[in-house]
Amino acid sequence: MSLTARRAKAVPGNRGTPPPRTPAGRKRALGLDRGAWFLLLPALIPILVLSAGPLLYGVALAFTDEQAGRTESAEFVGLLNFTDLRHDSLFWESFRVGLVWAVCVTTLQFVLALGLALLLNQNLRFRWLARTLALVPWAMPEVVVGIMWRLVYHQDAGILNKTLSQLGLIGENVDWLTNMSLALPAVIVVGIWAGMPQTTVVLLAGLQNVPHELREAAHIDGAGLWRRFTTVTWPALRPVVLAITALNFIWNFNSFGLVYVLTQGGPGSQTRLPMLFAYEEAFKYGQFGYAAAMGLVMVAVIAVLLAVFLRNRLKEDSE
Amino acid sequence: MSRTFSPAPPVPRGRRAGRAAGRFGQYAALLCYLVFLAFPLLWLLSTSFKSPQELGSIDPTWIPREPSLENYRIAFDAHPLARSALNSLLVAGSAALIAVTIAVPAAYVMVRYRSRVSKAGTVWILVSQMFPLVLIIIPLFLVLKNLQMINSLPGLVLVYVVWNLPFSLWMLQGYVKAVPLSLEEAAAVDGASRLRVLTGVVLPLLTPGLVATLMFSFVTAWNEFFFALVLLKSPERQTMSVILTHFVGAEGVADLGPLAAASFLATLPSLLFFALLQRRLVNGMLAGSVKG
Repeated sequence: MSLTARRAKAVPGNRGTPPPRTPAGRKRALGLDRGAWFLLLPALIPILVLSAGPLLYGVALAFTDEQAGRTESAEFVGLLNFTDLRHDSLFWESFRVGLVWAVCVTTLQFVLALGLALLLNQNLRFRWLARTLALVPWAMPEVVVGIMWRLVYHQDAGILNKTLSQLGLIGENVDWLTNMSLALPAVIVVGIWAGMPQTTVVLLAGLQNVPHELREAAHIDGAGLWRRFTTVTWPALRPVVLAITALNFIWNFNSFGLVYVLTQGGPGSQTRLPMLFAYEEAFKYGQFGYAAAMGLVMVAVIAVLLAVFLRNRLKEDSE
Repeated sequence: MSRTFSPAPPVPRGRRAGRAAGRFGQYAALLCYLVFLAFPLLWLLSTSFKSPQELGSIDPTWIPREPSLENYRIAFDAHPLARSALNSLLVAGSAALIAVTIAVPAAYVMVRYRSRVSKAGTVWILVSQMFPLVLIIIPLFLVLKNLQMINSLPGLVLVYVVWNLPFSLWMLQGYVKAVPLSLEEAAAVDGASRLRVLTGVVLPLLTPGLVATLMFSFVTAWNEFFFALVLLKSPERQTMSVILTHFVGAEGVADLGPLAAASFLATLPSLLFFALLQRRLVNGMLAGSVKG
């Protein structure tokens, strides 16, 4: 990387007489000449206007009583939204559901994806088929995944009930998505199915970066399959695993479309993820300020959880 | 991806039986994965070819008894599907084009200049993955409302462009890194300007990466649901994802067929793209993530 840095400075744009000292220092700090800014701006402006700006605006909204369709401007209400949230048992219930969902989906997704990636990294026949199939859920719109699984889970016309009763596992047809205790597990299975491809692809990419010679050397030294995995493959794969698990957790916690199509948060509020709750609060009841406060709490919790997770992992690494 | 197959080291006799069993276990596991991944898809397809009578019967079967294309016809007639497909195509196509056009120069700068701005960009790419969409959609809704761009396709395009940028930047950075620096230097020594180096030297070499990023952005926007749900109100402007959800929940058993047919059609473009770009995508992930 230092090579790039040195060369980047040698590239023209600021040739000729050296500029005065202070601007030069500033330029070194930012490291961009005018040409570079010119190239950067087309992306930078939309990001600032439509991503960074709204984000800050959203944070600010969390401290106001902004509502949909109101003409007078919103008023600053301090921490009122947050104290309200603290006593909002429905929100905390949806938070609990969200955590169960995110933890279950992320863990199972990872375990299954690792298994599949290890298999795909082997020299097996039909590998191409599994590889292609593993990408399909990725290509499907969330909504279609939801509809498809509704068809699978359908009480009368669904294949799941049919298969299970043929195997003699259930006596009568189960209505998976409206059963109080089955809805969340059923939805979690869909979450795993939908998110496995990304994880598999990333892990496979990581596996193919594991030095082959190392594994071979361990093999010759007589290390068994498990030992080879724990001593050679896993350490090399670890950074990739950390990154993808953390990202998966965030994505899952913030997920919306799948569950919206599958159950709309029901039965009761058994599958009402925080995003669904906040969506309803904002666009059904028009409580913009309150919903923004929810979003802020979600970010904070995710950040804390991730910090703890990553710190523990890094600590394990250094031991 | 391609790795030369090296012969396994000689195996002691006692282990050979164990190895055969291991192979068998591997194939059994692979089969389980294939079933898990494929059966919902096959069921969707099967349902889409069934007649209403058959769907109403209590004994569903894998193979439709009298397969027909009737559901596909109904899907197009009864649902405003064609219209919404056109909307999706327009929105996803323009969003992908714009996002990639502005992402290329930015990705180039982020790779070739190790500066604070580049670092901030990388941090933003990560952070933008983190915040829940509620936090961004409410202010975005208010901003677009002030611009009179609620319930309009251009407004949605704008949102998708920004929403596609992080991943486009990330993918393109991987491809830019692969362009040999010496070529650029040669052009620069010959007196080419920065823009000229980018368009004349880097861009042609980036073409495969550009196509991959373009397709990926297209599919992401085509599949997107949440923003479209919030921002588009009138049915004639809604995209395919949103239109499909109108027919969920209230459906009788007889409507399942057209719903399945419409859902399958909505998946086709992205399936096509992924089939075309399967290998490249995996390599792109490699370039972007692991060799960072």
